[in-house]
Amino acid sequence: MVLAKDLTKSVPLAGGRDQKGFRWLALLAAFRAWLFLAILLATFEIWARVAYHSTFVFNPFNVKSIALFTVTPLLLALGQTFVIISGGIDLSVGFTMGLSAVVTAHVYNWAAQFGNPGISLVVAVAAALAIAIVPGLINGHLIADLNVPPFIGTLGMYGVARGVSFLLARGTTVPVQGGLLGEIGNGETIGFPNLVLLTIVIILGMHYLLSHARYGQHIYAIGGNVNAALRAGINVRNSTIALYVLSALTAACAGIFYTAKFSAGAAQAGEPVLLDSIAAVVIGGASLFGGSGTIIGTIIGALIIAVIQYGLVFVNVEPFWQFVAVGVVIIISVLVDQMQKGGRK
Amino acid sequence: MNAPNKDPLLDLEQISKRFGGLQALKDVALTLYPGEVLALAGDNGAGKSALIKTISGVHKPDRGTIKYRGQVIHFETPHQARDAGIETIYQDLAIADNLDVGGNVFLGREILKRIVGLPFVDRRRMRQEAVETLQDLDIHIQHPESPLRSLSGGQRQSVAIGRAIHWKARVLIMDEPTAALGVPEQRKVMEIIQKLKKSGVGVIFISHNLNDIFQVSDRILVLRRGEKVGERLISQTNHDEVVRLMVAG
Repeated sequence: MVLAKDLTKSVPLAGGRDQKGFRWLALLAAFRAWLFLAILLATFEIWARVAYHSTFVFNPFNVKSIALFTVTPLLLALGQTFVIISGGIDLSVGFTMGLSAVVTAHVYNWAAQFGNPGISLVVAVAAALAIAIVPGLINGHLIADLNVPPFIGTLGMYGVARGVSFLLARGTTVPVQGGLLGEIGNGETIGFPNLVLLTIVIILGMHYLLSHARYGQHIYAIGGNVNAALRAGINVRNSTIALYVLSALTAACAGIFYTAKFSAGAAQAGEPVLLDSIAAVVIGGASLFGGSGTIIGTIIGALIIAVIQYGLVFVNVEPFWQFVAVGVVIIISVLVDQMQKGGRK
Repeated sequence: MNAPNKDPLLDLEQISKRFGGLQALKDVALTLYPGEVLALAGDNGAGKSALIKTISGVHKPDRGTIKYRGQVIHFETPHQARDAGIETIYQDLAIADNLDVGGNVFLGREILKRIVGLPFVDRRRMRQEAVETLQDLDIHIQHPESPLRSLSGGQRQSVAIGRAIHWKARVLIMDEPTAALGVPEQRKVMEIIQKLKKSGVGVIFISHNLNDIFQVSDRILVLRRGEKVGERLISQTNHDEVVRLMVAG
């Protein structure tokens, strides 16, 4: 209780009413994602022990599966975190991912003529990243220069990328010939799946950019008060365009990983995970009004979704319940955020 | 007081500005000395905004000259004015309230430290330097690591002023700085203005509140329909005279 008292004192407020409740709510809001994750893991663990006399958390296979399960939505969510902090949203990433998956497969197959799988790999990855920059730049230009609302601009690009992906794939999946891509996509290094390790590298890069580089600081400022950012001399236009390019690039990584994992590129690869990626960012503590959010929060958010999806299958619940469970978590998460904001006024 | 032995910081002569059919400013002259608070008074539409925006580089005057520290200047953008040391504190504050004190004071000019060759934003140093600047103005932020939204309106106002001072503003233009504040906070802002005066900053102060004007200003310049209709030393005028100038010239 001493601790609680200290915490109530620690933030000076103009109002003075309901400070105690507000303080607890703020704490709850700040750690809600961790709390959710802990509750989920505990629930599944107990469930597994009681119903099946087995373990959920302490089974390395489960941990590995959940990590792999998390990779795709998390990659989309990483770029999305930046965009949402700036006050925008990127609905196009699902099909930017699909586009990159299809391009990876096509280019990898095309480059087989050089007879060196290493070259094929490099060329395919470069092409997939390069192609993703196009929707990213167009999104950025629409939003930063033409003042199109992000929701609408990226929804348009969602349609364009979707159509182009299916056209490139001729309406079907594009199988990859030759093994290196698949070997990397399904292989492990020192016991960890390669895709998880690569994702960790990308996470570190994105965390640095958001929380330690000047660019990240500017993105928070843009999301907090765009006029303040402008008056401070920040190049809001270029920063905004860079955001959507960044978001497209993490989506492209997800597309490349998809093709590597399944040895086939599919236009619809990212469709089921688009909303999961936004959910991960929101569950992770970002506000859709901009100005707040962290990479670590987003990782926890993506893990929560993966644990729900994988856990429910593990304990033999009908798979459709996962949609309900994820939906409930999103709503609770936003409610806690709103209550905390309400307490602030 | 406006010591005549000092050179003026700002010297505007015959500034005119027209927006379409509206003569916003007509042959306005203004002088500001270091360590002086000049109040701008006038009814809505009298030209106060047009005048400060001309000084801060938002508008370019059609006619007239602006001398700043003895040199004729032509600011193309507000950025140039700010870089030269003319800073405006706006009513909406231009504060990112999701960032802390350091983040705001150093916004766009963050301090970096290198760790294994990579540049990292040095939050601790930014916070420390920001807090020191604010302390010089007798502003004390209890939890400098919290985002500014947890601060009161007056404290946020102080951070905006502190930022200007940290970046060596010589002329501070304050547009209704007390309008949105409660009484104790208004008093605090008045105290800060007194402090700024002592440190030799020139302050141009716009307010609707004559009490505030009489409390901190040295001189008052009254505008009406774009023209200067009077200029008085605060010590030699009173509320009635100022109101008369504002409404009737």
